[in-house]
Amino acid sequence: MSDSPIRMNLSCPMPKLDFDVITLGHGSGGQLTNQLLDKVIFEVLHNPLLDPRHDAATFSIDGPMAFSTDSFVISPVFFPGGNIGELAINGTVNDLAMGGAVPRYLSLAFIIEEGLRMEEFWEILQSIKKAADDAGVSIVTGDTKVVERGKGDKIFINTTGIGAVHASANIGTQRIAPGDRVLLSGPIATHGIAIMSQREGLQFGTTLESDTQPLHRATLGLLDEFGDEVKFLRDPTRGGVAASLNEAARDCRLGIDLTDRHIPMLEEVRGGCELLGLDPLYVANEGVFLAIVAPDRAEEMVTRLRQMPGFEQATLVGEVVEEHPGQVILHSGIGGKRVVHMMVGEQLPRIC
Amino acid sequence: MKYLSEYRDPDLANQYLEEIKKTVTRPWSIMEVCGGQTHSLVKHGIVNVLPDEITMIHGPGCPVCVTPLELIDQAVYLAEKENVILCSYGDMLRVPGSHKSLLEAKAQGADIRILYSPLEAVNLAEQNPEREVVFFAVGFETTAPANGLSVVHAQRRGISNYSILTSHVLVPPAMEAVINDPESHIDAFLGAGHVCTIMGIEEYGPIVEKYNIPIVITGFEPVDMLHGILMAVRQLERGEAKLENQYSRVVRPEGNPAAINTIHEVFRVDDRAWRGIGVIPQSGYELQPAFQQFDAKSKFQIDIEAVDEPSECMAGQVLKGIIKPHECPEFGKRCTPRNPLGAPMVSSEGACAAYYNFSNVLDSLEKATS
Repeated sequence: MSDSPIRMNLSCPMPKLDFDVITLGHGSGGQLTNQLLDKVIFEVLHNPLLDPRHDAATFSIDGPMAFSTDSFVISPVFFPGGNIGELAINGTVNDLAMGGAVPRYLSLAFIIEEGLRMEEFWEILQSIKKAADDAGVSIVTGDTKVVERGKGDKIFINTTGIGAVHASANIGTQRIAPGDRVLLSGPIATHGIAIMSQREGLQFGTTLESDTQPLHRATLGLLDEFGDEVKFLRDPTRGGVAASLNEAARDCRLGIDLTDRHIPMLEEVRGGCELLGLDPLYVANEGVFLAIVAPDRAEEMVTRLRQMPGFEQATLVGEVVEEHPGQVILHSGIGGKRVVHMMVGEQLPRIC
Repeated sequence: MKYLSEYRDPDLANQYLEEIKKTVTRPWSIMEVCGGQTHSLVKHGIVNVLPDEITMIHGPGCPVCVTPLELIDQAVYLAEKENVILCSYGDMLRVPGSHKSLLEAKAQGADIRILYSPLEAVNLAEQNPEREVVFFAVGFETTAPANGLSVVHAQRRGISNYSILTSHVLVPPAMEAVINDPESHIDAFLGAGHVCTIMGIEEYGPIVEKYNIPIVITGFEPVDMLHGILMAVRQLERGEAKLENQYSRVVRPEGNPAAINTIHEVFRVDDRAWRGIGVIPQSGYELQPAFQQFDAKSKFQIDIEAVDEPSECMAGQVLKGIIKPHECPEFGKRCTPRNPLGAPMVSSEGACAAYYNFSNVLDSLEKATS
């Protein structure tokens, strides 16, 4: 939404520029492009691998690699608790983390719709810088394109990342066995409902903020201590917890039983879901991960996670079973049960 | 959350369940009228913990499901007009029309917005004076006050580029239509709690008396549902037929007078076609003559042919409770939420979608056919 509030980061003022909106010229490769790159993008993101400004960054990494890419298209671009910039960094950092890797290097590509205000772009760039620093990754290569008004939604961002796989990581759905436990690192559906609460036509009073955060320190912490007892890691973004667990159940050809009352959720999120008629199991997450772990030390893993900031509500929510292979079954509080399918299309708020 | 977690309390739910088991001695068929109740029954797995004697029959109270095909086609037609912004509640978008759904029209370029409040649509009209904003005003008595209020606001603010495409339906005539259907057999109703929040409960007394059938106005949480079922079973076992209000924490006998006044100011009762059921006399709302200028049907020349429902869809029998969703030969085969043949497979409140999404019937179906 165009009138969404922007929380300006006054600690790092925007350089003086002779333009205040991005135009097609900024993507032309000419002087305007260079001005945008020199005064803004390189100025903010500079690091030894980016500074030479070659077409390609060159570096060496030893051992097994994890490699992942993700594109970020979100409306609104600024939302409570963050903006598309940090989402684009955390998203790829988290995808690498789910591969059991230490995230190292990222590429960053912008597709900007002409008319984006420079102060908005600056705010996004500052968030990118902060998120990359927080996650300990360097942005080493990138691209900027500008498209005509109406051909984008303010800004789209793609990030691709490379990380070094943790020495003790042995992650794969083929290792999942009956009796394994399902661990959730925190309350679900917070991000999706925070975004939804800001969409045109759906505004409802809430102070809810997106929980977007890097997850690799938590996953690497688990791998340090518990090694190959961690068998599956996934950040349940689009399609929510339901999609990730259905994929796991399908791939390992086993069933998954979930216990409804164990699934952590903020009360505001629960209320928002009730209001909009959405099932929280299908709502997108950004700051939580799912793990399927060997049963013996599963409780210990939860205790360990809960000591880490941002993961205080980690909980065991289910179990892998031999019955109903390929299916996820949710046990309700009152003793009933239901199949948790993959979502069809997108969830649409209901009438009443 | 207050008023939510208490009504999902497993211990309390089990106490009601045990009491139902102790009370019931014979088979009874109970219809929950509202789609929200169907959703809750299946989502919380209540249908598979009830004693065998009790059969829950899922009623016609899903607005998405009963909106006629023709209205969907009209909405698509309007949405595809150059100058129109069509606003709708979210779950109407996936309902198949005779050629396409609103979601498909949106993908092809129609300007369709999902809104949660019709007053937002009035604001949109004010912000876009050069365009026509049409709100697809669907729903039971529950959404009628807000939809009506949007028209009142538009008139008051002098916004002439706003109109509504009405498809409002009413619960009491639908209940009578279901009772009068020779194929259906219902022993008691769980009345639609939120409709009664608006309208009150007085309309239901005459139905109880005329047909000697218990009606228990019921809420939507698992404890509400089990409590409502218990109240209905107690009446049935005693041979009584009374109007009772389980949802008294929300439903006042007189309803919401301000909302009722708005409805009467803006709408008049008229005959209405129900998808899968047919025309039910005096079962819907149309705009009063004083608000005619906000009626999209008179404002625009909607030039489309009437079409018949796909013959293989048994939505009518499902909505009247004559068959269960999974007893339809196309259920889960040619008809799924991704490719719905009829509307009850679309809305999360539709009986077919509720069965498909939440219950285990597919498994037993697959086992039976494999």
